[in-house]
Amino acid sequence: MDLMIESLPRLLNATKLTIELTLLSLFFGIFVGIFFAVLRTSKNKIFYYISYYYSYIFRGTPLLVQIFIIYFGLGQVEWIRESFLWIVLKEPYSCAILAFTLNTGAYSSEIFRSAFETINKGVLEAAEGLGLNKINTFFKIKLPIAIKQSLPAYGNEMILMLKGTSLASTVTLLDLTGVAKHIISTTFRPVEVFIVAGSIYLLMTFIIHNFIKFLEKKYDYT
Amino acid sequence: MGLLAYGDTGWGDELFFAMLMTIAVATAAIFIGFLLAAIFASFKLSKIKALNLIGSFYTTVFRGVPELLVIYLFFFGGSGAVMYVAKIFGYDGYIEINAFITGAISIGIISGAYSTEVFRGAVQSIDRGQFEASEVLGFRKKIYYYKIIIPQMLRLALPNISNVWQITLKDTSLISVTGLVEIMRMSYIAAGSTRDPLFFYSFAAVLYLFLTFLSMKLFNKLEKHYSRGY
Repeated sequence: MDLMIESLPRLLNATKLTIELTLLSLFFGIFVGIFFAVLRTSKNKIFYYISYYYSYIFRGTPLLVQIFIIYFGLGQVEWIRESFLWIVLKEPYSCAILAFTLNTGAYSSEIFRSAFETINKGVLEAAEGLGLNKINTFFKIKLPIAIKQSLPAYGNEMILMLKGTSLASTVTLLDLTGVAKHIISTTFRPVEVFIVAGSIYLLMTFIIHNFIKFLEKKYDYT
Repeated sequence: MGLLAYGDTGWGDELFFAMLMTIAVATAAIFIGFLLAAIFASFKLSKIKALNLIGSFYTTVFRGVPELLVIYLFFFGGSGAVMYVAKIFGYDGYIEINAFITGAISIGIISGAYSTEVFRGAVQSIDRGQFEASEVLGFRKKIYYYKIIIPQMLRLALPNISNVWQITLKDTSLISVTGLVEIMRMSYIAAGSTRDPLFFYSFAAVLYLFLTFLSMKLFNKLEKHYSRGY
C-alpha cells in the first residue's frame, strides 16, 4: 500500500508523456489516414496500390518492429544521417511519434475508407445536382459524413493507440509503462505498481470511451 | 544475403527456429485464451449478476491495459507467485519460470479477453429459436450446448477468431522483452552482433508479414469449409 501511494506521483508525472504521445500521434495519424483513404478510393491503380500496401504492411507487422526499424534501423543509412531527416530520426521521442503516426494512420485509413464507401450514392448525386464542385463536395459533404460514420471504430483505434504508446518505453522513453517498469525492477513489487499504472490506463480508456459516446450522440442526426 | 546463410556463417537457421518459436508461443497463447474465454464468456452470459461483473472486469482490465504492462506483471511477478505457493507446500528454494510459460500465459490472458467478447457475441447472435427448439426437443442442457450451440457459435465466431489470432501473433513480439528467443529477440541479437539493424528488423517485418499472410489464407479456407451449406 505504501508503495502504491509512493509511486503514484511518479506515475502520474509519466502519464503526461503518455498523453502527449497519444494525442500527437492521433492528430498526425488522422491526416495520414484521410490521405491514404482518399488514395484508396481513387480510380488510379498506382494510388490504389500504394495505399493498399501501406496499410497492409503496417497492419500486418507488430508495432514493435516498426519502432525498431525507424529508431535503430534508419540511423544506419548514411544519406539519412546526412540529410535534414536526421533531426527527426536521432531523437527517440520523434521516432516514436513517427512510428505511432504511421501505424495509426494505416488503421485509420481502413476505417475512413470503409466510411467513404458507405456514403449513400444519392447524397453525392444531390451534391452534383446542386452544382457543388469536387473540392466542396469532399470537404462539406463527404468528409463530415465519413467522420461521423467512423466514430465508433475510430474510438477503438484511439484506445489501441493509447495502449500502443507503451512501446515508447522500449526506445528509452519514460512514459507511464516505462516508469512503471523502472519502479517494478527496483522494488520487485509488480502487483502494486501494476494496479496503480493499470488504473491510470483504465481511467484514460474510460475517458476516451465516453468522449466518443458523447460525440456520437452529438452528431446523431437521424 | 550472406547474412541469412544457413549454418554457422549466417542467421538463416537461427531466424527460422525463432519463427517456429513465435508460432509456438502464439499457438499456446491462443489456446490458453480460448480456455479462459470459454469460462468468462459463460460468466458474461450467465444470469447471475456477480458472475457478469467478474466477466466484465476481466475483459475491461485486459483489453484496457497495455500488453507490455501485463507482460511485466507476469515476468516480474510470476516466479514470486509460484514461490509463494510452493512455500505453502513446504518448498523453500528459488524457482524460476521459463520465459516461454510466462509469455504464453501473459499473452494468453490478453488474447482470452478478446476471445471472450468474440464468443459472447457469437452465442448471442445465434437465433433464439435454436435454444427454444432444443429445449422443446427435451435435450439436456449439456448436450444441447455441446451438440447444437457450440458448433454454430464456432462458425459465427470464426472471422473474429481470425482477428484475435492476428492480434495474438503480433503481441508475441512483446515477449522479446523477457528474453524469449522469438523473431524479435533473434533479430535484436543478430542486429547487435552484425551492426546491421535495418536489415534484420526489416527481415523480421517480412517474417511477420509472411505469418499474417499465411494465417489469413488458412482462416479463409476454414471459413469456406465451415460455411458450406449456408
